[in-house]
Amino acid sequence: MRHSQTLLAALVFVLTVGLSWLGWIDSYTQLVIMFVGVNIIMSSSLNLINGYMGEFSVGHAGFMAIGAYTASILMVLFFSKDSVFGPGLLPAGWAILFFPMMLVAGGILAMLVGLLVAIPSFRTRGDYLAIITLAVNYIVKSAIENIQSIGGARGFMGMKRVINGMQAVLDAPWMMIWTWISVFVTILLIKRFVSSTYGKGIIAIREDEIAAEIMSVNTRRAKMVAFMLSSGLAGIAGGLIAHILGYINPGSFTIMKSTEALVMVYLGGMGSLSGSVLSAVLFTLALELLRPLQIIKWVVVPLLLILLMLFRPEGLLGQRELTDVFPGLRRIFGSKDGRSKEGTHAAV
Amino acid sequence: MPLFEVRGLNHVFGGLKAVSDFNLVLEGGELLGLIGPNGAGKTTIFNLVCGVYRPSEGDVRMEGKSVKGLYPHQVTARGIARTFQNIRLWPEMTVLDNIRVAHNYHLGYGLLDVLLHTSRYRRAEQEIEHRAREILEVMGLKDYAGESAKNLPYGLQRKVEIARALVVQPKLLLLDEPSAGMNLGEKDALIMLIRWIRKEFNLTIWLIEHEMRLVMNLCEYIHVLDFGQTIASGTPEVIQRTPRVIEAYLGKEVD
Repeated sequence: MRHSQTLLAALVFVLTVGLSWLGWIDSYTQLVIMFVGVNIIMSSSLNLINGYMGEFSVGHAGFMAIGAYTASILMVLFFSKDSVFGPGLLPAGWAILFFPMMLVAGGILAMLVGLLVAIPSFRTRGDYLAIITLAVNYIVKSAIENIQSIGGARGFMGMKRVINGMQAVLDAPWMMIWTWISVFVTILLIKRFVSSTYGKGIIAIREDEIAAEIMSVNTRRAKMVAFMLSSGLAGIAGGLIAHILGYINPGSFTIMKSTEALVMVYLGGMGSLSGSVLSAVLFTLALELLRPLQIIKWVVVPLLLILLMLFRPEGLLGQRELTDVFPGLRRIFGSKDGRSKEGTHAAV
Repeated sequence: MPLFEVRGLNHVFGGLKAVSDFNLVLEGGELLGLIGPNGAGKTTIFNLVCGVYRPSEGDVRMEGKSVKGLYPHQVTARGIARTFQNIRLWPEMTVLDNIRVAHNYHLGYGLLDVLLHTSRYRRAEQEIEHRAREILEVMGLKDYAGESAKNLPYGLQRKVEIARALVVQPKLLLLDEPSAGMNLGEKDALIMLIRWIRKEFNLTIWLIEHEMRLVMNLCEYIHVLDFGQTIASGTPEVIQRTPRVIEAYLGKEVD
């Protein structure tokens, strides 16, 4: 039964990559599809903290920025001729092999910064995490703005040349491929984490932290692990968006970007993985559809959020998964999640 | 070597002396009661033992080793489990998951095992699920495995909480007012349950209780606390006749 999930993933992958490769969908549509993928990673990874664990992190874009800059700098340094770094250290064609590694390197650095944030902010429960993550978002942005060797406020580019180098070897929609692989890996990892006894510890923290600590959950470690996982995945999303756009600047990783991730989490439902995926798709498409409104978009979107909070504060799916809302789906996507398996009456 | 020892326990909240010079030795196998008026410091003692607070003075030893200064989850791993005065299950989680999560004291795998679904992880999770279902079966809760904890009636939630505490294979079980909020029938069932788990799981039990009938019925030995001080200790018969206890509960007679 669970093969159908893999099947769905394969279908999405083949469709998006295949149609892009054949050139049946234009580059704008491709771009939107890749944005959807990146946003799925952002929302589902933030959901780990704000939804499953019940803490409040508001600086997700800061970690995205770290991943974006790390992966970009490494790729440009190794595989492209650059005015600052000079000629590439390795042949441009090798970029295909090294790209996933650099992506992961960006994730790891974001993860380490996540650890730095987690250590002080989880000493006490409450609003500290929100304040610290907010500060970190600004610190990261300002720090990058002031490092002139990576472009400062002007931004960093050269990733297009790297991608061109890849395409010179094999003309494939590389970023589409890596975006969706990353999306599937992210969903798989988060799903595995939250359905393990280890990962359910963070749900116990949300439900009653003192009880969790006394009933043998190492709450400090659990929080740190979850936060590192979440920020690492945000870093990977950053590495992807940098190479999708071919250009990044600190201005793209402001609190505005973090807010987008927050909106997606609350839209989809806290503690619902399928909700996060669904909301990322809807939110990205909505933003694109509202693009003609230009600046008014940022009146409409918050307004939608207010309406959502008024009429459906638990988000589209609440804490449930799609298979809980539509039990019929369970026949197709047999879920391994404890709740769905056990009681249908509790779910709907 | 005694199973559990509390020596010269003192605790101060700001200027308030919440617990003063509390001593206790348990050889193992006892069923001990801790009673006293509201605010006497009973729950504080439990919190000191479990590591929720760090004692201002004194020492707590489990099987000869000090547990003072350890985090609560480390104390739990040493074999001390507890329940709470106001039930603290994880309400949105299923009963089965409530039991499963308490297995965190020895998982036998790490984060990478989770993310990669190694065979070690799968074996350990199977074992955990098996043990969780077993304990639900033993406690007569297996029909509720898939139910959210919050949907259970009060008496059953208590039972789930006790089951959850038993998962960590404690040698010493602390029950904080297990009968709070229960009706007469449920209280009788609780007395039976406590007697039964004590025998079945070979436990030493230390309980806080307000319900005198239950304490006098169940406990072999009782400590009475008032304003943080032990004012009496002895068998139920002795306690019932001790003037200071009656005084603490009912007040002093005016001459």
